[in-house]
Amino acid sequence: MIVPLAFLDSFSGAFDFIFSQQESLGGGTQVGGLGQVGDLMLEHVKVSGFALAVSLALALPLGVLLGHRGTGELFAIAAGNAGRAIPELALIALLVAFVGTGTLNVVLALAVLGIPPILTNTFVGVHQVDPQAVEAARGMGMSERQIAVRVELPLAVPTIMTGVRTAAINVIATATIAPLAGVLTLGDFILSRNVYGDEGVLAGAILVAVLALTVELTLAAVQWALTPRGVRLQRTGISV
Amino acid sequence: MRDHPRLRVLLALIAAFALILGVAACGDDDDGDGGGDTSANLIEENPDNNGVAITVGSKNFDEQFILGEIYAQGLEAAGYDVSTDLNLGDETIAFKALEDGEIDAYPEYTSTILTSIFEVPPEDVPGDAQQAFDESQDEFEQLGLVAYPPTPFSSANAVGLLTKTADELGVSTISDLEGKSQDLVLAGSPECRQRIDCLLGLEQNYGLEFKEFTPVAIELRYDVLDNGDADLSILFTTDAQLFVDPDTYTILEDDKGVLPAGNVLFVARQQTVDEAGDDFGTTVESVQSNLTLEVMQELNARVTVDKEKPADVAHDYLVEFGYVE
Repeated sequence: MIVPLAFLDSFSGAFDFIFSQQESLGGGTQVGGLGQVGDLMLEHVKVSGFALAVSLALALPLGVLLGHRGTGELFAIAAGNAGRAIPELALIALLVAFVGTGTLNVVLALAVLGIPPILTNTFVGVHQVDPQAVEAARGMGMSERQIAVRVELPLAVPTIMTGVRTAAINVIATATIAPLAGVLTLGDFILSRNVYGDEGVLAGAILVAVLALTVELTLAAVQWALTPRGVRLQRTGISV
Repeated sequence: MRDHPRLRVLLALIAAFALILGVAACGDDDDGDGGGDTSANLIEENPDNNGVAITVGSKNFDEQFILGEIYAQGLEAAGYDVSTDLNLGDETIAFKALEDGEIDAYPEYTSTILTSIFEVPPEDVPGDAQQAFDESQDEFEQLGLVAYPPTPFSSANAVGLLTKTADELGVSTISDLEGKSQDLVLAGSPECRQRIDCLLGLEQNYGLEFKEFTPVAIELRYDVLDNGDADLSILFTTDAQLFVDPDTYTILEDDKGVLPAGNVLFVARQQTVDEAGDDFGTTVESVQSNLTLEVMQELNARVTVDKEKPADVAHDYLVEFGYVE
């Protein structure tokens, strides 16, 4: 019984930390509470949002282009796999030499993490659109560009959005290391254990998890809204 | 060998370095202040110690790896069955491992133990390591731990900057920053800004206001100075960079004693000490007796800058001072 009780105890400690200020572990200042949580959460959302936007701006057009042409499959997949293997901490340290510390550094480093799943999924999604639909569009006199944007892209939305959701989760989870490059995110609670104590570390983890889940659910709703009605029905198994 | 001209050059350099060290050691002889006749240091293997298993731990950075190896190899030479569990993370994790008996001993800084584990306010931490050591005996005893006397060297946080910047500003102590700090960016680890032995202490005890505090990873503490990201950075007095580039960086004197010095205490479990017998403590105190600031900086430089293995560097130290042959 001791273990579960201790477990519950630290959880209630973490919630106390989130909702009310307390003395720091070393003393001399007040930490935690909704004020600090809000500040760090805002910064966390900001850098993650910027990073995701940069990833989308780069990966989406490239993925559609490659997927439409059916070329560069090796590149799209390899980029996806390589991207997962990049050590973010080393990347941040490397970027310090070029762009210094701060928001730009963190956004670039996180964007590198967001690109692979979006690129790979966009390529696959566009590439696997039913060739008959593409043929029909061509028969109707659509240009290649129109086919890519008005036929292939909408039909690929569910696959693309899966990539975006993966990217968002990766970026939000990894934005916890931003305090090591000059940006104070929720990761500060996790990294500065000797200021915030175990409650602070756990509180940080809980907050990041809650943020990730919230974003995941929001993006699921966005995906549903963006998916063409026909595709939606098909995917739920109802014939049109 | 024939195929590795570069390796040969490296070996030649190492030989030259060894020669210089040898000459330097001879120089010490003339002064007659130790470092000369080291045969008395030789650790003798005691067969009684065979079979006594000891696990030495360390925290997660170069200086700790080296210290962990020095103690481990020294105890090994005394005949103990030593294994290591280095890279345990920060003090909260390493100390937990010690209390739980996952490790039997590890080196920790006095200031860290007092502030982080015994929760002594940093302003109450004695500047003198021996005094800090004496005053904390009861605390160790209550936890079933034994601490050995402090190492000669101390490692402290320090406010550092490029010598060029220091000359421009005309500062040599932290107090000199008064009236100038509002235009300066200070970099330090994220936790620094809320710690009384770091930014908080600089603000509250020196009355300094900085233009900005930039949180950075500890590994980047010199990069931010080099690339102009920060004017001031929180450095460690034992840093390899200060040994390699003594003219490039300047440490500001902590004239109000806000950044407590941390000599290292080798902390062991009472139970382990009882089982291990007298050789344990004798060996620990002996192997650390030559760890002066200069020696520690040099050992750090060989690992951090020259990328040598902590185990090799520790071994060389033990050989150089005659602990092992």
